[in-house]
Amino acid sequence: MTIDLKTVKHISKLSRISIEEEKAKRLTNDLNSIFKFIEKLNELDTSKTEPLTSVAETTLKLRRDKIESKNIREDILKNSPEKNKDFFVVPKVVE
Amino acid sequence: MSEINNLKLCDLVDKIKNKKLSSKEITEAFINRSKKSSKLNSYITDNFDNALNSAKEFDEKPDFNKKIPGIPLAVKDLFCTKNLRTTAGSKILENFIPTYESTVTQNIIDHGGIIIGKLNCDEFAMGSSNETSNYGNVQNPISENLVPGGSSGGSSAALAAKLTPATIGTDTGGSIRQPASFTGTVGLKPTYGSCSRYGIVAFASSLDQAGPMTHDVKDCALLLEVMSSFDTKDSTSVEFTRGNYLNDLNENIKGKKIGIPKEYKVDGMPKEIEDLWEKGIKIIKDNGGDVIDISLPNTNYALPTYYIVAPAEASSNLARYDGVKYGFRSKGENLIDMYEKTRSEGFGDEVKRRIMIGTYVLSSGYYDAYYLKAQKVRRLIKNDFDEAYKKVDAILTPSTPSSAFKIGEKLNDPVSMYLNDIFTVPINLAGLPAISIPAGHDNNGFPLGLQIIGKAFDEQNILNIAYSIEKNIGYKNHINDWWIK
Repeated sequence: MTIDLKTVKHISKLSRISIEEEKAKRLTNDLNSIFKFIEKLNELDTSKTEPLTSVAETTLKLRRDKIESKNIREDILKNSPEKNKDFFVVPKVVE
Repeated sequence: MSEINNLKLCDLVDKIKNKKLSSKEITEAFINRSKKSSKLNSYITDNFDNALNSAKEFDEKPDFNKKIPGIPLAVKDLFCTKNLRTTAGSKILENFIPTYESTVTQNIIDHGGIIIGKLNCDEFAMGSSNETSNYGNVQNPISENLVPGGSSGGSSAALAAKLTPATIGTDTGGSIRQPASFTGTVGLKPTYGSCSRYGIVAFASSLDQAGPMTHDVKDCALLLEVMSSFDTKDSTSVEFTRGNYLNDLNENIKGKKIGIPKEYKVDGMPKEIEDLWEKGIKIIKDNGGDVIDISLPNTNYALPTYYIVAPAEASSNLARYDGVKYGFRSKGENLIDMYEKTRSEGFGDEVKRRIMIGTYVLSSGYYDAYYLKAQKVRRLIKNDFDEAYKKVDAILTPSTPSSAFKIGEKLNDPVSMYLNDIFTVPINLAGLPAISIPAGHDNNGFPLGLQIIGKAFDEQNILNIAYSIEKNIGYKNHINDWWIK
């Protein structure tokens, strides 16, 4: 299958990455060559194979839901590009 | 160059324990040489002033019971370091100053190490040549205009150039072993779950592992001891008894069964690499090892599998870079516009390409055809190794299908760049440990490496086999400090 420009623009929307027309065209070519390479997997019959999600196939450990960090509000906000007192600031969402 | 820069990690530890050298003398020697290395571009951020203070503090109150007492180390800029900028090679993290320390760097500090700086890498560790970094490409100390490999390219260059006595990298598809191979150094990717992923900027969480990069196998064993620990902060950290890798290092490989996978004899592989492989096989036989031909039939499917699994996980991990909580933010007319512009301007081309591949293979209607399919093939690849390990104790292969290439040579052809990782990627998919050791040179005098792959948690065994090959292969790095002249 081939990926067309329209699909690339759709993926760019889903990825929340804006993309210029020229770059989208180049990316279409790149993605097609990569997917051509990926499609080699279709040679294999995997109808009876279980997917492997992680090699650490143990059930994740449970722990107590205990608060261990204290007074880290400033730490959390420290790297924010825009903040106001105790809040992250984002462009207006609600009119 | 000061004589100190020529010393290996274990030698430096001895010198400091025997009070022949102080931490300050050692730290100064590596800082001074680092300061003259700007042409290599291996550093993104230095920590020289703080490191010198830490060295002086160490000398005032030394603790020689630590594993790397007062030893300076520069580390890949993918490890979060408290109060020291961590960029992951990306513009989107250009101002990010972590408020916490990664477990691996904390282990280094707890064992007496001193962080002297953060080393360049491909953006979010996505690359095989260090050319995707937002902070410029890195030069290979072996020769001008040669890539140092990637993604831990700043690490391999700084180590080979003796700007740091040892270093650490991360390996998602070969990012420790390939740059080690390209620079004539040793690099080990531990078993998945051995080194904590806490505080490492995430790329593909089911594949990422941190590991040591050093001048020789002894140093590698020591640094692995320092790095590896069980950590409740990483839900996939595995609780097992870590070995005394250095103390138990043993070159005796008599009776060890070493597999040679026929699928790694790929078309177009340079003769020098085949010869090198033969040389490794001969050393194993001469030392009483048992060489056995094996088959890993799904090897050819590893790269396509990797290029679905890794981007899928990356697209999900990198969703956090939204310009709100930390990192770079671009101005937008509204929230969505801000997200889209921030991510468009903040990420480089390769990262965007992989996020988009990942988004696509996870999107509605394609999930089964791509992502689920890849996870199934991943199982087949792991089964290949499980089957092989019924017959052998370890596997010997070349580390890479070619030596280091010129800067710019593969930049416009993503698939040819991806083929670099053909011998390293299957190991990440199976979660196994593997070490690359320098073993020879090609016709241009560029280094070539051999890779020894082990069973899960059998790091000691591959270190021992590597140690035995290292002792007999007589490799020497030729570096003439071209970047200083």
